Amino acid sequence: MKTEEFDVTVIGGGLVGGAVAYGLVRLGKRVVMLDEGDVALRATRGNFGLVWVQGKGLGLAEYGGWTQLSARRWPALAEALRGETGVDVSLEQPGGLHICLSERELEQRIATLDRMLEQPGFERYPYETLDRAGIARYFPEIGPTVVGATRTTLDGHVNPLRLFRALHAAFVARGGSYRPNSPVAKVEHAAGVFTATGADVRHVSPQLVLAAGLGNAALAPQLGLTVPVRPQRGQIIALERVRRFMHYPMGALRQTDEGTVLIGDSQEEAGFDTTVGTPILATMAERAERIFPLLRDVRVTRTWAALRVMSKDGFPIYEQSPSAPGAFVATCHSGVTLAAAHALELAPRIAAGSLGDRLSAFSTERFHVSKAA
Amino acid sequence: MFRRLPEAGAATVPLTIDGSAALARAGDSVAAALIAAGRVDCRTTPVSGKPRGPYCMMGVCFDCLVEIDGRPNQQACMVEVQPGMQVARQEGPRAVDASAAQ
Repeated sequence: MKTEEFDVTVIGGGLVGGAVAYGLVRLGKRVVMLDEGDVALRATRGNFGLVWVQGKGLGLAEYGGWTQLSARRWPALAEALRGETGVDVSLEQPGGLHICLSERELEQRIATLDRMLEQPGFERYPYETLDRAGIARYFPEIGPTVVGATRTTLDGHVNPLRLFRALHAAFVARGGSYRPNSPVAKVEHAAGVFTATGADVRHVSPQLVLAAGLGNAALAPQLGLTVPVRPQRGQIIALERVRRFMHYPMGALRQTDEGTVLIGDSQEEAGFDTTVGTPILATMAERAERIFPLLRDVRVTRTWAALRVMSKDGFPIYEQSPSAPGAFVATCHSGVTLAAAHALELAPRIAAGSLGDRLSAFSTERFHVSKAA
Repeated sequence: MFRRLPEAGAATVPLTIDGSAALARAGDSVAAALIAAGRVDCRTTPVSGKPRGPYCMMGVCFDCLVEIDGRPNQQACMVEVQPGMQVARQEGPRAVDASAAQ
C-alpha cells in the first residue's frame, strides 16, 4: 500500500472539511482532504444557504458570539474565494426577517430572543420587532394574515453549492490534495503521527482533523474522543425561478440570486432517512403561501431532504483530543454560516496546535458535566 | 432544418406564435409546432440570458419553456396544440403574479 505524507489530514470534504482545509492551505500547510464521495450523506448538498445570526446561541452564549464573528468575516471569505477561483458565491447580508404567523408565535419569538440576549457573556445585538405594516416596508407583497416579524441587520445568505465548489477549487489551487472516493474507516495514531487509510493509500501526518459530519461519531472514539452527533432531517421545497421580488432572506423562505424561491426549515428526528414526506412539505408550502399569497401560482420544481449533523445540544463541537494531541474534531449543523469562522479563525488555531480559550466552550466536556449532574 | 415526415397528419390547427399566425398539425406538441415553424429557440434563461429551445422533447430538460395563453413557464413539449392557442417566448424569469396576492 502506498504511503503519502502531509502536514494535516482532513477527513471530510463537505463545507466544514472544505473550509478548514482551505484555511490550512492558506497558511502554507500541506493538506490532504479525504472525501467519502458523492455517496456521502452530505448535508452540504442539501442545505438552505443562510448566513444566519438571529436567534442563535440560546443555551450557549459563546455560540452567539462565534456565529456573529463568522458573519462579520464572511465578506472577507467571499472576496478571497472570488479572487482565487473566480467563483462568486453571491453573498448578500442585507439583514433578515423571522416571520410569525400568530400573536402567540410572535410573543414566543420575542421571549426567546430576549432570553438569549440576556444570557451572561452574550455578545448582544439589537433586533427590531415589526408588525405587518412594518414588514410591508420590506415586502410589499406580504400576506394579510402575517402577524409580525423580528429583524436584525446581521442575517444574510449565499449560494451554498457555489460555496462548496469555490472552497474545493481554492483548496486545489493552493496546492491542496483532494482525494475523492476515499472513505476512511480506520484512523491510527502512534508517536505523534496519524495514519488515515482511504482508497488504498496511507495518509500520514502529525495533525488530523475530523470533519466527517455524521461519520465523526464512529471515527472519533479511535482518537480518544466521544462525539455525540445524530441526523436531523430537514426538507426543502424549490419553486421555479421568478423575477426577483425578495430582497431580504427570511428564516424559512428565501429567493436565491438566480431567482429560485426556497422554502425550508423543517426539523425531524427520522434517523438516516432522506426521503421527503407530503405532510411536512404541505405544512411548509402552506406557511409560505400565507407569507406570500402570490406564491400560490408559482410551481414547485423540486423537493429534497437532507440530514443535519446535530450534536446533543445542537451546538458545534470543536476539540483537540486530550489523549491524541494533534487530532481535532470540527462538527456543526451550520456549515454555511460558520464557513468563514472555520476557514479564517478555526484553521489558524488548528495550525498553531491549540484551539485556545475562545473555543473551549465547544469541547465535549460540556456533555460530561451534564452527565455528572 | 426540420421537415415533417410524409405520413404526418394533414389536419391543421391555427395558433399564434408571438402574435403572428401559424399553422400546426393536429396532435403536435407546442414544441413540435415551434420547431416546424422554424422557431428553434423559444426562451432566454433567467440566469445567463442565453437562448434555449426544445431539446429532450419528453418533459425532462425544461429547456422549451414558453408562455401559453398567458401562463408563464409552460413546457412546450408537454402541451398539445389547440386551435387559437397563443404561444409566446419566455424571456428570462417569469414574474410572480401580483394579482394573486389579493
